[in-house]
Amino acid sequence: MPSTTTGPTTVASSTAVASYPLAPLPWEELVTSALLGTDRRPPTAPGGQVPADGAGALLDAAALHTVRRRAGLLPAVAGARPAPAPHDPRPGLPEAARHRLAQLLADRAAPAASGRRGAAPDLTELIPQWLAGANQQGFRAPADLVPPLLDAARARTDLRPQALAFAGPLGLWLAALNPEWKFALRGSAAGALVPDTDDPETVRTLWEEGLFAERVALLDAVRAQDPAAALELLTTTWSTERAEDRLMFLDALRTGLGAGDEEFLEQALTDRSRNVRATAAELLSALPSSAFAGRMAARAASCVHPDRTGAGLSIAVEAPHECDAGMQRDGVAAVPPNGRGRRSWWLGQLVEATPLGVWQERFGGRPPEEIVALPVADDWAGELHAAWCRAAIRQRDPHWARALLGEASAPPADSPGPASIAERSKLLAVLSEAERADWVAAFIAAHGLSEAFQLLGVCTVPWTGPLGRAVVDALDIARDGGSYPWSFSGVMGLAERCLDPAEADRLEVLTATPDEREGASPGAGSYWSEAFQRLVSTLRLRAAMEAELTA
Amino acid sequence: MLLSHGGEPSPATEPVARWTVEQVLSLAPDDASRKAGNKLASAGHWSGTGHDASGAVWGLCKGSGSKPYQTVVDTTGPAYKCSCPSRKFPCKHALGLLLLRASGDGQVQQGEPADWASQWLEGRRGRAEAKQARQAAAASGESAPGPADTAAARKRAERRAERAASGALELEQRLTDLLRGGLATADRAGYTLWEETAARMVDAQAPGLAGRVRELGAIPGSGPGWPVRLLEECSLLHLLDTAWLGRERLPEPLAATVRTRVGLPVSAEGPPVRDHWLVLAQYDTADGRLTTRRIWLYGRESGRTALLLSFGAAGRAPELALPVGVTVDAELTPYPGGGLRADLGRRFATPVPVPATPPPGGPAEAALAAYGEALRGDPWLDGWPVTLRDVIPVPSGGGWQLADAEGTDALPLAPAALSRQGLWKLVALSGGAPVTVFGELGHRGFDPFTAWDTGAGRGGGPGEAGGGTVRLI
Repeated sequence: MPSTTTGPTTVASSTAVASYPLAPLPWEELVTSALLGTDRRPPTAPGGQVPADGAGALLDAAALHTVRRRAGLLPAVAGARPAPAPHDPRPGLPEAARHRLAQLLADRAAPAASGRRGAAPDLTELIPQWLAGANQQGFRAPADLVPPLLDAARARTDLRPQALAFAGPLGLWLAALNPEWKFALRGSAAGALVPDTDDPETVRTLWEEGLFAERVALLDAVRAQDPAAALELLTTTWSTERAEDRLMFLDALRTGLGAGDEEFLEQALTDRSRNVRATAAELLSALPSSAFAGRMAARAASCVHPDRTGAGLSIAVEAPHECDAGMQRDGVAAVPPNGRGRRSWWLGQLVEATPLGVWQERFGGRPPEEIVALPVADDWAGELHAAWCRAAIRQRDPHWARALLGEASAPPADSPGPASIAERSKLLAVLSEAERADWVAAFIAAHGLSEAFQLLGVCTVPWTGPLGRAVVDALDIARDGGSYPWSFSGVMGLAERCLDPAEADRLEVLTATPDEREGASPGAGSYWSEAFQRLVSTLRLRAAMEAELTA
Repeated sequence: MLLSHGGEPSPATEPVARWTVEQVLSLAPDDASRKAGNKLASAGHWSGTGHDASGAVWGLCKGSGSKPYQTVVDTTGPAYKCSCPSRKFPCKHALGLLLLRASGDGQVQQGEPADWASQWLEGRRGRAEAKQARQAAAASGESAPGPADTAAARKRAERRAERAASGALELEQRLTDLLRGGLATADRAGYTLWEETAARMVDAQAPGLAGRVRELGAIPGSGPGWPVRLLEECSLLHLLDTAWLGRERLPEPLAATVRTRVGLPVSAEGPPVRDHWLVLAQYDTADGRLTTRRIWLYGRESGRTALLLSFGAAGRAPELALPVGVTVDAELTPYPGGGLRADLGRRFATPVPVPATPPPGGPAEAALAAYGEALRGDPWLDGWPVTLRDVIPVPSGGGWQLADAEGTDALPLAPAALSRQGLWKLVALSGGAPVTVFGELGHRGFDPFTAWDTGAGRGGGPGEAGGGTVRLI
């Protein structure tokens, strides 16, 4: 409230005294009388006069006071002004893009429509893409849209990195004023906070005195610029760090991992913490020329041999009989999880940590395709192939990944690698973007969409032409099969976000409602038409969004 | 400044400027319509769309049935017509059509209205002209009501005034009874006492008194200091009663104000004022039976501020809607008394979006002085429209205030503003730098409605048209 005039009550003029006998009374006096009631506490005018109509006179006087107090309000005293938000040098959005963002955010805030999705695009699903585009173009968020943006990021963790980057310094400034947006400040400790690595003195001080998040950010930043310097920094305090901190710091070494790290990692193999030991072993196995890799290769090679006793070449496997101290020191876990045999557990770990190049040597220079095709004795094939898969993923070896994935069109049971879709998608991630898309396209063409969801997730957006066509063809086939579109809602949703917007025109023909055929689910045709309409209009919308951001 | 999206002509060469997305969304009766309208704002749903130079937009929207809905909007009204069965106004089709037009990727081309659209447009414009002709005739006294009509009308008005007076007498009795027994017991009496009294005032055809009585009922137990607030409001209600009972002795403008406050019918009768009226704010309040829409206008040439009121039945938005940030070349007819209420009369052109230029404002102290001055003509005022120039939102003890950029004066924000989303838009727009804000200032504090970035360049500035005016309510 503004404060009221505090001066002495002005003496009412003589006429006012006549019609308002109680006007000279102080406000507090009137309140007391009103609270207790004028029957019990008759208000008394100065001079001892008690008006006949006490209640009416009291109301008269109170009205006079109230209006006078309101009319005489004075400004409040200003509090400490907040420091202005830091300047954001990025350019403002083009007008159309600004409107689009307002529309996307308004749609998010409005109550969700219930029931099945209609033919209209789901705007909320497009926010991540819009934000990625805006950040790529380096635009600054319009100030008045930063609050709804922070609200959106609060509700959806997946939006946070892009939303906070777009909101920029104003977003952080606002978040400091509103407890509901605290998450933005937490996120900034690791993300937006990029420490200054130019001055060795500053780096040293921050490393020794900083908060944990600051130290992780610092180590990451130094590692990105100068891997050796980061290792040196880490070595200075390594022995005094807590075990969970050591694990996080060790993780930073994944960036720019090289021969220079070997000695340090070898030492970490004797760490007190089992997790640290395991991580060190994993990092070492990614260095094929390291002594560690050599030791693992020697162990694995003694277990897996070429066998020429039969008609052709095959693979004989002799799993380890014990997990000796040396293996344990090199990070092999001695105790298997429930339900797994000890010997196969040890074998798997040895092969996983062995550089894949070893096998080509061991099998007479054969390429991976031929090696994985060799028969394996005594049912060891599954175990061996699974370990090779993990090795190919860890060592990011596309040649082996390709060999293990096998032909996309082959039935999953006939593939050399594991039939698990999750592991296939990890193997796919090792391949180049184009190859990945081609493989998934071939897979969908052969096996349909029912298992494709996870595989599509590792493909880059927008989808390549062949992949997009494969997905759309498969949807079209599903429609012809007479099933309902919502059985494919996951893939439909992905297609809306991932298909190349340029495909919209080609897909237009699918939006027509086909004639109902015998055997088809009732009404499926028009539902499909609606689903394809949504697909087409979403693609058009995405094209418009892109155009607005690059205008 | 060139707005480059797909070779669309810039607003300067376009005869009728489009409304922005924000402006269209501000027309929506509720959030659900806003969302539904958004969904219809893509070309896939529409066929046969077009707009003409007079501000009409039309199109056919594919619905669930075989026949598409025919939607047409006259943006000069604005007025909407749609063949859909929705009772909302404007319906989602009208909103979607306007949004499609606002998005401006050339999907709504200029052309001649389709037959079904032109029929309605012509009919509507014909009626509007006829009405204006009638008004003009009435103003020049050509068709003044006959002496018999006047006498009958006067008699009716007198009867109604008497009934209101008997209501005021009865209310006086209740107030003095309350004061004699003491306010401390008022929260024990409960809400029903007030509801009953309010019903009596409705019977007495004094809706203004009834409304105030209902508000009294909400005060007991409403937090620390409620007895003081109750005494204030009781005393002002008493002031209104006694003013009405002694209305013959009041000077004319005050008598008119009292008449309005009691709730007796008053009609706009001042000489019309033509100006380019900038729409400063539009917001709705609902009390269960009735939705009241308030639209604040500022006359660019006259420097006057005016208030348009329009009403809608429960669940239905009032029909009059003007998007914030447009300027309307129109005549306003003021109501009698010193208040700001006026009726929207003849409009001379389509509302035009204008760049963000707020009314000239002043510092906190001047705003308080204006409120104080206004209380002289209407002691029952809850708030007075003011524009604060160069103020900074400052957090202050759990609430917020607007502090002058220079000096030590500040105005606290009204409690109602603290729970609204607009507060954060205001804070964001400022970013700690001065902004200009329009709102209502009252004894509860300042309630911000609209803000403009005054050039610190954080939110708006050149190149970001429409970014400068920010709706807060």
